[in-house]
Amino acid sequence: MQAFDYVRAASVEDAVARLAASGGQAYVLSGGTDLIVQLREGRRSARVVVDVKGLPEFGDLSYDPDMGLLIGAATPCWRIAADAAIASAFPGLVEAISLIGGVQIQGRASIGGNLCNASPAADSIPALIVHAAVCEIAGPSGRRSLPVEEFCIAPGRTALQPGELLVRVFVPPPAQHSGAAYLRFIPRNEMDIAVVGAGAAVTLDSHGERFVAARIALGAVAPTPLYVAEAGAALAGQPVSPDTIAEAARLAREAARPIDDLRGTAAQRRHLSGVLVRRALERAVERARAR
Amino acid sequence: MTSRVRVEAQINGDPVEFLCEPYQSLLEVLRDVLGLTGTKEGCSNGNCGACNVLLDGVLVNSCLVLAPEVHGHEVTTIEGIAGSDGLHPIQRAFLDHAALQCGICTPGFIVAARALLDRTPHPTEQQVRHWLAGNLCRCTGYDKIVRAVLAAADTMETAR
Ligand SMILES: Cc1cc2nc3c(=O)[nH]c(=O)nc-3n(C[C@H](O)[C@H](O)[C@H](O)COP(=O)(O)OP(=O)(O)OC[C@H]3O[C@@H](n4cnc5c(N)ncnc54)[C@H](O)[C@@H]3O)c2cc1C
Ligand code: FES
Ligand code: FES
Repeated sequence: MQAFDYVRAASVEDAVARLAASGGQAYVLSGGTDLIVQLREGRRSARVVVDVKGLPEFGDLSYDPDMGLLIGAATPCWRIAADAAIASAFPGLVEAISLIGGVQIQGRASIGGNLCNASPAADSIPALIVHAAVCEIAGPSGRRSLPVEEFCIAPGRTALQPGELLVRVFVPPPAQHSGAAYLRFIPRNEMDIAVVGAGAAVTLDSHGERFVAARIALGAVAPTPLYVAEAGAALAGQPVSPDTIAEAARLAREAARPIDDLRGTAAQRRHLSGVLVRRALERAVERARAR
Repeated sequence: MTSRVRVEAQINGDPVEFLCEPYQSLLEVLRDVLGLTGTKEGCSNGNCGACNVLLDGVLVNSCLVLAPEVHGHEVTTIEGIAGSDGLHPIQRAFLDHAALQCGICTPGFIVAARALLDRTPHPTEQQVRHWLAGNLCRCTGYDKIVRAVLAAADTMETAR
């Protein structure tokens, strides 16, 4: 392992100051399930890691049906998935985060780390996008908010500026008659990285027969997790039917810009995008009708 | 230059104080500084589970924890699983079911199984397989391991 210092951030301001002063040589440490592997393998180099797990806001986890869900950036996945109220209000999100690694990884891995590592295949991000989540960022000039779909800008790169860090993620409360789902394709049942991931969230009319609104996002088919606004927009006002769902799935497939790599070919990924979006929409509709 | 860190933690119920490099993993410190060599290194990248320990009761890969992170926390390693009266029922079941060959993966499986049975005393086979998906074994095969964990759950039930 390369040599670096370890510091426990004393406050958000302390963390910001250390990041700002480091000239890019400091990394925030959350669960370490990406960072420690990357430092050990020399894929990133650090002079210091700044542990934020002890800071109160970073461990937040609160849900109120009127206010929504607040997740501290360092809250480990297992705590989110273990909360029955959250699992029932945000099944698509909990489905996504429960896929991250095995039990041991769940014990440490956080949503903040999943977002900030900015892998195109990160499982939580498409789910956060369809839930219209918002990132709360702290930096040298104070706090700002950013829609989650604007957070990743390239593989491994985020919209965070020097000295900035992600503090919390806010997920608005689910609308009436809404439902969401996240599905991913991997060659085995557990412990693998997405070949394609797809998230869908729908809001239906009170009869459960017409789409009022929909949001669709894909993972592992572009340099960043991909928000496919046009596929969701095409559903608004349309009846819930195999045809309208197929059309949204087609738009998602068109939006995908996949590459060939060891996990799959571009052609397979494009095909999977359509299939997974269709299935995620069907499952989201089922959940919206059941609510 | 980095400077060494002083860490105080509870390890297997005992207060322990040690000095380490800030970039050393918990796994390295357990093995090389504290002499607790029951915890194994398989991959050092989070994939094999040989290095499993409980951190404040939560199952984690000790290769992905920096040793300074455990300051003020509780760690349970394989050495802390057996009671004063002998092997833990999970350890006994691994022997009875021949659920090990070379044994490198075994401490990780046993610590993981203990975490499972702590929260789910009567797991289904499906739950056991799902829970152990982050543990790799290259020689025994998983059937015997899964059967050992299910048998341990039964024994622990009878003893209760
Ligand atoms: C065996 C294994 C299996 C995995 N399986 C999956 C999987 O199925 N799906 C998946 O999506 N991922 C998977 N991962 C990757 C990883 O577990 C996740 O990305 C996890 O969510 C990262 O969270 P963390 O808290 O461990 O992040 P860390 O490793 O602590 O941090 C990741 C990166 O984000 C930065 N960072 C962390 N927090 C902040 C913050 N608050 N502000 C600014 N920057 C920050 C760090 O500096 C670092 O660059 C797997 C990893 C392993 C080792
Ligand atoms: S050595 Fe830690 S998971 Fe393999
Ligand atoms: S017994 Fe050898 S790896 Fe499992």
